[in-house]
Amino acid sequence: MTGLEQTSPSSADETDARAAAFLYKQHDVGTWSDDDQAELDGWLNESFANRTAYWRLEAAWERANRLNALRPMARQLRAAKPEKTGGLPIKIAAAAVLITAVGASIWKFPARESTGSYATPIGAHERITLADGTRIELNTNSELRLEKNARNRVVRLVRGEAFFEVRHDAARPFIVLAQGHRVVDLGTKFVVREQQGGIRVSVLEGSARLEAGEAGTSAKAAVLKPGDVALATEGSIRIEKEHIDTLQTQLGWQRGVLVFHHATLAEVASEYNRYNDRRIVIADPEVAKLTISATLPTNDVDGFARMAQNFLGLHVKNGTDRVVITH
Amino acid sequence: MPRIGDAPGMDALKAWFVREVLPLEAVLIQYLSRGGRSKSDVEDLRQDLYMRVCLAAQQELPRATRPFVFKIARNLLIDRVRHEQVVPIDQAENLEDLNIAIDEPTPDRTVIARQELRRLQRILDKLPERFRNAIVMRKVEGLSVREISERTGAAEKTVEKHLTEGMRALAEELYRDTAETGRST
Repeated sequence: MTGLEQTSPSSADETDARAAAFLYKQHDVGTWSDDDQAELDGWLNESFANRTAYWRLEAAWERANRLNALRPMARQLRAAKPEKTGGLPIKIAAAAVLITAVGASIWKFPARESTGSYATPIGAHERITLADGTRIELNTNSELRLEKNARNRVVRLVRGEAFFEVRHDAARPFIVLAQGHRVVDLGTKFVVREQQGGIRVSVLEGSARLEAGEAGTSAKAAVLKPGDVALATEGSIRIEKEHIDTLQTQLGWQRGVLVFHHATLAEVASEYNRYNDRRIVIADPEVAKLTISATLPTNDVDGFARMAQNFLGLHVKNGTDRVVITH
Repeated sequence: MPRIGDAPGMDALKAWFVREVLPLEAVLIQYLSRGGRSKSDVEDLRQDLYMRVCLAAQQELPRATRPFVFKIARNLLIDRVRHEQVVPIDQAENLEDLNIAIDEPTPDRTVIARQELRRLQRILDKLPERFRNAIVMRKVEGLSVREISERTGAAEKTVEKHLTEGMRALAEELYRDTAETGRST
């Protein structure tokens, strides 16, 4: 190198093409010999124009190695350009984070007689088949009691969430009591979930009558149709419409998975924490706002942490009783 | 890391160049593009600029990279104008007020991995399909050149073309991405 050289003898185009050819052989072909190295060294020593061109492309090519994190969505990336959705976290996740390995520790119980009470610990779920053929699935950290009642079939959801597929019998209505509200089956599949200040009832099939407040004391009642999601608080009912598919996916817990669609990490963490003793803490409000779409095993906190680290590039601090996620 | 005042070794010079100079490329290109130059002219100027920058920094790494680089860029343009014997009016004047562009907020160098991944993916989306597909197979799926060739039915020479040109296009998008300089965490 002369050290006085002020103008490169080659055009930038030629220099860059040469640099790219060296890098390709060195990084991508896998047959890099001593002769190749000597040739590269000679070329680099010719001028800083060559050297900077090489450094510049090398840095970009190495940065691209990070793309490896997107491996699960390679096919989507190669396919026609994805629609522009604006924020990327959605896009990364929508395609990518399909983790279907389901945690192994799902509790299973055989059908039992229709008496007594059922409770699930955190992370478990339980299937109950009543004598009349009605099927109930209790989600994590939930409790259900079968109440003695000669005329009606009555169950009480003491806490948590349960799915009901009721064998309809007009002569003996099936009634779910929860937080002072009543849900009366009219031939249906529905989910009752305890929520702060009340219950949430989602109807997937048939219909059900929701009566807010204890029986008879409140005039508030509504008949819910498929797709209705009703929030009952003291003496009031608010009904929202949801797509049946959405409600179906919300039943992922029956298969041991949580299905998220454009959910914020805050929501994801809060759902996860229903199923696991080891808590996920999103310790950064910006991170909490990131959204993902994913299907994740309910009880794989480590899997969630890996996803946060590998797909979202977040910082994960593992503790015995918690996983703290930050920038 | 050498102390300021020492002549840096080649590794230190390279590290400095990659870390401090390349992130300025988007702004530098804007600067060099003034006066209606063609793209290939601008790229040649970029090449000369980087060369001059490293020649100067070889003696001693600057304390502040940004003013150092832009001073060289400015001198380069003045030389060029002199050389061209044609002085576009706006250019001579602009050389002074162009310093405004220099005072943009310094890019945050601790770009977190998530942003980086996001940026890379966005950039990948911008590339022509043949480059993008080759890069995805190589960098995302980790296929070898031979495997890419087998899978796509393209000759290895074609794969080489797509990867080397894709590499250059990727670098250009990466360094010209406005998020690279305009954004801070």
